[in-house]
Amino acid sequence: MANLAPQGTNLKAFRKPTHFALASDRGWVQRFQLAAVDLRDGLKLYHLIWALSFSDIKLRYRGSAIGPFWLTISTGIQIGAMAFLYADLFHVDVHTYLPFLAVSIILWNYLSSLIIEGCSCFISSDSLIKGTRMPLLVHAVRGVLRNTIVLAHNVIVIVVVLVVFNVKQSMASLEAIPGFALWLLDGVFISLLLGAICARFRDIPQIVGAFMQVAFFVTPIMWQASELSGHPAALYLIQLNPFDYILNVVRNPLLGIPLSSSDILGAISISVGLIVVSLVGFARFRGRIAFWV
Amino acid sequence: MAYLTAFNISIDFPLYHSESRSLKKAVLGQMSSRFGFDKKSRPTVQALREISFSLKGGDRLGLIGSNGSGKTTLLRTLSGIYQPTKGSLSMEGKLISLLDPGQGMNMELTGRENIYLRGYYLGLPKPEIHRLEADVEDFAELGQFLDIPVRNYSSGMVVRLAFAMATAFPPEILLMDEWILAGDASFMAKAKARVESMVKSADILVLASHSASILAEWTNRLIWIDNGQIKADGSPMDVFEAYLPKHDYDELVRGFLPKK
Repeated sequence: MANLAPQGTNLKAFRKPTHFALASDRGWVQRFQLAAVDLRDGLKLYHLIWALSFSDIKLRYRGSAIGPFWLTISTGIQIGAMAFLYADLFHVDVHTYLPFLAVSIILWNYLSSLIIEGCSCFISSDSLIKGTRMPLLVHAVRGVLRNTIVLAHNVIVIVVVLVVFNVKQSMASLEAIPGFALWLLDGVFISLLLGAICARFRDIPQIVGAFMQVAFFVTPIMWQASELSGHPAALYLIQLNPFDYILNVVRNPLLGIPLSSSDILGAISISVGLIVVSLVGFARFRGRIAFWV
Repeated sequence: MAYLTAFNISIDFPLYHSESRSLKKAVLGQMSSRFGFDKKSRPTVQALREISFSLKGGDRLGLIGSNGSGKTTLLRTLSGIYQPTKGSLSMEGKLISLLDPGQGMNMELTGRENIYLRGYYLGLPKPEIHRLEADVEDFAELGQFLDIPVRNYSSGMVVRLAFAMATAFPPEILLMDEWILAGDASFMAKAKARVESMVKSADILVLASHSASILAEWTNRLIWIDNGQIKADGSPMDVFEAYLPKHDYDELVRGFLPKK
């Protein structure tokens, strides 16, 4: 044992005085304090979160020759097949339709799995939650990061399509970056909220799954908003659809469409609303999650 | 200086995902007092009731009690995993809890990868992680097995790995559940030596177990938990005298007399 902690190492950092106190629920001030501590301590574990998400991907494809690039291939095949079929059905030019569909589908799949996997972020980490005191933020960020790694593989398809179909890129395409940062933030907060609710009510993940299915069809992903021009009533479908605003702030810059201020404002207000609701919900449920999973 | 204080802790466990009513009916006969309803009239089980004790450096506390008496719940509460329904918990010192063998480990990853994960969890810098790896490798004596997935390990090997990882950087407060007993005799001796030197440097151990001989050997204070309440609290032998059947107690005393 004596050789375990050699003198003069920076074990002091590890051994720094660590005070911990936890009292029964005492109302909102304490709830928000504990939630803030959770978020702060969780961020410090970025190294762990990265290792956990990376190992999720690595394990999913362990033993496979090309590993996660199966993601790239299957997405490519799916989009290639759909593009020609739907371009014919919708009577649109495949040269404009395919880039739109490729970017839309890949980004939508990312958003949708952020939400659906966000539902199970605490349920699937039950042994970690019940085994150690660990900030719950870790599990939410882990899911977001895991899906972002998946997206990174699919981005190859986007790049290929944009180059092959010669979609004009300019400095304005970089506007997708702040939009994507917003997505990451939204992803973490929706996981914190839905993860907690779904740990308590196990039917919610199924409901969310069904809801996302409907959202896929009512959001301009397979079809373009311009096709609704003959149906003014249907335009409400887009104007009241939060997913449309969120999707646009990343999709449009990539397709060379300038961002409209209504898209930016819409996406920001939706995110602010989500973050506020999520913070309140997380503060309320945080202490109960260990009992629920 | 490490300390650990539990003040008047109660934990009500919600019975959400079970058929609470029929479960309630099924056990109503024998344990009715522990099943109740919370403020919003949801069914709950009172896992712990008004637990208070205080530990300081050098204390080695044993927890004993029948299955379902609340030992593991108490360990989880002391770890800060469950927020008490009533009362409060306060501690000073780095705490590590060994509640179940595979805890915090990913069974699909190799032993070595799990060591890295633990290092990241502890927030260690790179050189410290390598020291952790070397120490665990040396202590757990898993040899080539360290590089194959943990799910291929025997239960005793998982215990070796988990114990080695938990104690490589000696925590100031160590909480252990009884599964540690899955180790073989030579490992147990090693584990005991490690815990002893840890406790010697004025640290705290809390160990839940069913084995009277282990508890008598490892601890210097014993709490008997029954139905979520403290039934007895004192020196191990005094509590065993009340807890164990007469002939088991006599046997325990015989086993320990020669050593004293």
